[in-house]
Amino acid sequence: MKKSEVTTNPWTEFRKLTAARIALGRAGTSLPTSAHLNFQFDHAQARDAVHRPLDADKVFEDLRGLGLKIVRAHSAAPDRGTYLQRPDLGRRLDAPSREKLVALEASPCDVALVVADGLSSFAIETNAEKFLTAFLPLAKDSGLTLGPTTLALQGRVALGDEIGEILRAKIVIVLIGERPGLSSPDSMGLYLTHAPRIGRTDAERNCISNIRPDGLSCTEAARKTLWLLRESLRRGLSGVQLKDDAAPSLTGP
Amino acid sequence: MVFQHTIRGLTYRFSDLKTLLAKATPARSGDFLAGVAASDESERVAAQMALADLPLKTFLSEQVIPYEDDEVTRLIVDSHDAENFSKVSHLTVGDFRNWLLSDAADEAALKTLAPGLTPEMAAAVSKIMRVQDLILVARKCRVVTKFRNTLGLAGRLSTRLQPNHPTDDPAGIAASVLDGLMYGAGDAVIGINPASDSVPAVITLLHMLDEIILRQNIPTQSCVLAHVTTTIEAIARGAPVDLVFQSIAGTEAANKSFGVDLALLREGHDAGLSLKRGGDNVMYFETGQGSALSAEAHHGVDQQTLEARAYAVARAFNPLLVNTVVGFIGPEYLYNGKQIIRAGLEDHFCGKLLGVPMGCDICYTNHAEADQDDMDMLLTLLGAAGVNFIMGVPGADDIMLNYQTTSFHDALYARRVLNLAPAPEFADWLERAGIFESVAQIKLNAANPLRLPQLA
Repeated sequence: MKKSEVTTNPWTEFRKLTAARIALGRAGTSLPTSAHLNFQFDHAQARDAVHRPLDADKVFEDLRGLGLKIVRAHSAAPDRGTYLQRPDLGRRLDAPSREKLVALEASPCDVALVVADGLSSFAIETNAEKFLTAFLPLAKDSGLTLGPTTLALQGRVALGDEIGEILRAKIVIVLIGERPGLSSPDSMGLYLTHAPRIGRTDAERNCISNIRPDGLSCTEAARKTLWLLRESLRRGLSGVQLKDDAAPSLTGP
Repeated sequence: MVFQHTIRGLTYRFSDLKTLLAKATPARSGDFLAGVAASDESERVAAQMALADLPLKTFLSEQVIPYEDDEVTRLIVDSHDAENFSKVSHLTVGDFRNWLLSDAADEAALKTLAPGLTPEMAAAVSKIMRVQDLILVARKCRVVTKFRNTLGLAGRLSTRLQPNHPTDDPAGIAASVLDGLMYGAGDAVIGINPASDSVPAVITLLHMLDEIILRQNIPTQSCVLAHVTTTIEAIARGAPVDLVFQSIAGTEAANKSFGVDLALLREGHDAGLSLKRGGDNVMYFETGQGSALSAEAHHGVDQQTLEARAYAVARAFNPLLVNTVVGFIGPEYLYNGKQIIRAGLEDHFCGKLLGVPMGCDICYTNHAEADQDDMDMLLTLLGAAGVNFIMGVPGADDIMLNYQTTSFHDALYARRVLNLAPAPEFADWLERAGIFESVAQIKLNAANPLRLPQLA
């Protein structure tokens, strides 16, 4: 058999201690072919998560199957290129979406849900329905009233502020695709904002991050969300003042 | 003051100095987001022509952010060295570029000039320079610093070993440290971004790194990149702190958003010096274009000029390392590989010209239009420009910060292609420990020599 040109590392057993890409070996002093191409595939997946459009029709049907009333909306960022360079536009509705939501003349509610593509369509397609399947029965048992659910494209976290304000919600919850990591292209974030209105800051939100099959489970995330919701309603606020170990406040997409 | 330039019958007007600087800046998404960029290509070059005609002295009489409003401006103005400025004080920005490229501007002349330059002067001349100019001039500048080894010497390229772990797990961090050392990384610093900024957690990591360095007798230094207040408290509790870290920016308001001001940095600097664990360079700063805009603290000034002002903050504290984390902030500030590459070279040039020991975190996020090929280009160009240090993470993938930066393998590539060695004391250690068969040839020992430590 031909001798391999790759020098392996005797510390491969340490890989069990970390997800970091250690003990990759070397060809000369460079990355061996397999490690190089594995990296390229992981990066390709993360890029596709950012750029492949959300299958909004499928998500719409999935959510309707849970008994939710869904409104489709679009941010003021017309396309992905603009979205990536103009976060300010992703935080506001486009004019037709705003008119549509206003025309609903929604009655006041405890919670309005917003499902937005954010920076990973994979994250929403993988986790949104699963999370809501776990969360909706908990919300119902707690007697919380739910407003219409908005399915938004090219959305940032703060888009929920405008939507929640129009829908007269005490709290808006935004489910959104997080910036994909190289090994986590499917990570969903959840942002809770009390008394949503345009101009809220990230310090006024609570976040539950890393919701995905290999991260925080949908069941666990639903439990944490309910805790945050109750505390937020009870204390009349959200954000850093509500911070606890279970739900740190973070900035997001 | 209003500035204008007329070319082929067209007159372009610029209402003040910061507008002129912003419109002369090569295109980047952050300046469009801030609404300060040139409206088209012709206006941009016209602004560069107007800027080239501007006497350097203008920057002493006119400030982009008022003296009364901003302590960074006050630092820049109050610490300006008029005597060392006198050699170039008669020049315009355009003539200054010519002088920098000339043989008159050698290492000694540039070293003397550094305290006579303001960051706005450095930013201004960088805006009318091409990539090759940024490399050629930066390569002539030398900023040498010392702690347990000597960084920034000619023909050297150092790395920060960055063994981050999402939960600060000591065994996981140790595994990455070992991996890096075996590939010759870590002469600039072994530096962890902690997941938790709590004082006890940070102290645990400080002790762990200190023990590794002592046990293996490695001529390098450690750092846990916590907030400066956390590090000050860790020092008060007797923790083994080599370097005091802080992220900094180019305006008082942006620094405030980081929870710091100059007085607090001075306190951190004093605390670091009090331990006398190495040389006099005890600070490690990180910066990056776009941080002031991100904090809504940009005062209508372009992001590259503000970045240069951060180096004025850095140089006031005699740092060991200053690192521009160029592609971390995202595509709304630097959209693609082209913008990231240019920004990295501008930052390195401005830092070196101002006398700052510049390194670069050559990096990108997955929502930027960039990939490994772009990083290879910036790495090669910065290596040619004489960058003091780069990052080293296992396989280019930081699993805690979720972005891609240079790997241990990448540093070895640059060392081989550009004939660059690690810091001399560290290079000796690598040969003594048997990790490198030959530092001169950047040849690793085939036999994997270090006795592997027991990892819990």
